[in-house]
Amino acid sequence: MTDRTITFMEAINEALRQEMRRDETVILMGEDVAGGATLDHIEGQGEEAWGGVLGVTKGLVQEFGRNRVLDTPISESAFIGTTVAAAATGLRPVAELMFVDFFGVCMDQIFNQGGKLRYMFGGKAQVPMVVRTMIGAGLRAAGQHSGCHYPVFTHMPGLKTVVPSCPADAKGLLAGAIRDNDPVIFFEHKVLLFGEGPVPEEEYVLPLGVADVKREGSDVTVVAIGRMVSFALEAAEQLAGDGIEVEVIDPRTLSPLDEGTILDSVKKTHRLIVVDEDNPRCSMAADLVSLVSTQAFDYMDAQPQALTAPHTPVPFSPPLEDFYIPSVDTIVEAVKTAVNGS
Amino acid sequence: MAELSKDELLEIYECMQLIRTFEDRVSGLFAEGKLPGFVHLYAGEEAIAVGVCSHLTDDDFITSTHRGHGHCIAKGVEINPMMAELYGKETGSCKGKGGSMHIADVDKGMMGANGIVGGGGPLACGSGLTAKVKGTDQVTICFFGDGASEQGTMHEAMNLAKIWKLPVVFVCENNGFAESTPVGYHCSAKDISDRATAYNMPGFTVDGTDFFAVHEAAGEAIARARQGEGPSLVECKGFRYYGHFEGDAKAYYTEEMVADFKKRDPIGKFRQGVLDRNLVSEAELDKIDAQAKQTIEDAVKFAEESAYPALEECLTDVYVAYA
Repeated sequence: MTDRTITFMEAINEALRQEMRRDETVILMGEDVAGGATLDHIEGQGEEAWGGVLGVTKGLVQEFGRNRVLDTPISESAFIGTTVAAAATGLRPVAELMFVDFFGVCMDQIFNQGGKLRYMFGGKAQVPMVVRTMIGAGLRAAGQHSGCHYPVFTHMPGLKTVVPSCPADAKGLLAGAIRDNDPVIFFEHKVLLFGEGPVPEEEYVLPLGVADVKREGSDVTVVAIGRMVSFALEAAEQLAGDGIEVEVIDPRTLSPLDEGTILDSVKKTHRLIVVDEDNPRCSMAADLVSLVSTQAFDYMDAQPQALTAPHTPVPFSPPLEDFYIPSVDTIVEAVKTAVNGS
Repeated sequence: MAELSKDELLEIYECMQLIRTFEDRVSGLFAEGKLPGFVHLYAGEEAIAVGVCSHLTDDDFITSTHRGHGHCIAKGVEINPMMAELYGKETGSCKGKGGSMHIADVDKGMMGANGIVGGGGPLACGSGLTAKVKGTDQVTICFFGDGASEQGTMHEAMNLAKIWKLPVVFVCENNGFAESTPVGYHCSAKDISDRATAYNMPGFTVDGTDFFAVHEAAGEAIARARQGEGPSLVECKGFRYYGHFEGDAKAYYTEEMVADFKKRDPIGKFRQGVLDRNLVSEAELDKIDAQAKQTIEDAVKFAEESAYPALEECLTDVYVAYA
């Protein structure tokens, strides 16, 4: 598709830049998305101090200025609510809520306001907003900076949820999210942000609600989310050596969910394993197992399995955090069990 | 300064120097790749934690922030388990489960560093309410930053503390920056303590690099709280030497700012002040400096020699009981 390789972070940045060039109603806001506001040696020189906490929005303030790249106080309720109503009144704002764990501070604005406005107003409003937020364990960021929590938002009618697994998808899905006319929560896994992959330079849009078959196979369907997609692909590669062909499906968007691609796959493989870094109760893993169990039960040759994190917060200590995250080895074992029926 | 004995002055100096030495060493350890995760350092703000906590006992409570090491040390949390916690070892203050951002020791009344900006405000009301309902004279200090002063939780907490006359002192550590964003941009008020007027509580702004100024203002506010006269807001203006977190390139600092920080160094200022008045000797202070270094080296050794927690520990402590 392309020879050019960039990081996930750069892919996000490129999507933002291209969308902001294309549509002047697209604006950014968040904590330190530029940084150094009002300082003579930073803003006074047209510069930024940070460009986002990990540098994802670097360079955007230089091109689009501080009217369109707004640093916010640490006031999540205020700026997420601002995003909701700015979207309802003619802008297409993209907010950065640094870590998904911080949604706790501002949940009303997304849950009761952003997600429900259109329905409560009888369809007489639309809320074309995106909130980008970091998820995931792996950086030893401990209990309040490491959650996934995407099922919380997937549960809420009115919100759409996107969890890209590679740089190329991240770019296309973010463009799709920005052009979408509903509120979208866009989850960026903090470990994936540093990874590289091929990404086309030109603008392109990936539609929400379309899963991607990352690897075709006939023996087992593994549905994996976010960072777990790469784990599933690694496991599939190992298993291919044992003659087991794994089909790896990345739903990419959790709401809307591409049920058809998943059901078609299990009707072919007759086996399902879901790999999800999030906690197990009321989870995407449980939801997907339920989907297959209720819609394709007669096709199944083995009971569906869910590989998830345990029902705990994310621990800080490195060995404990590694234990918390589902591993390639556990996927390999689960596939063997599904195929060989231990 | 007059009311503090020589022993007290030496203890205060020791505590500030321990915080500084701890933080400088942690910065080095992080740079060497020995410490996992996110680390936010308190160096430069020592006079605030020590100026406030020198009025407290183990029975009093504090709520802290992501920049919590200094609060821990000032509140008497042991150094060895603190360092081990930063390494994620089983001997850590939180068994390695919390790390730098969630370091806590409830036995010492340290209710936790916090990964959520403004998270401590409502919690401070909770420990304040316990003291009020039980009729004790315990006070709670809520440390929060200038960044947190823009969180709704802080406004709600200060209002609630006032209407319920809770024994809470809100101590705003205004170090000039919310991450990389200067307070002059993110804050609508001239001084954060001006907001006390809106909550109908006493509010003061003091020099957060001057131990004695902090100590005096905090002492008055804590006395009011202990006597059942309700909350106060004390804003301490200072700076932090290190970035928002370790790894931050600090593009928002200029050389002039950093030079100014060094002139206002709270430990240097304290040291000079007590020496000028012949309250302690230089040899006594130098001895404390050496002891602090040794204490921190011992803590690093303790942490490095400690084991990681057993993997099953991942699954414990979620509930008291769960079946």
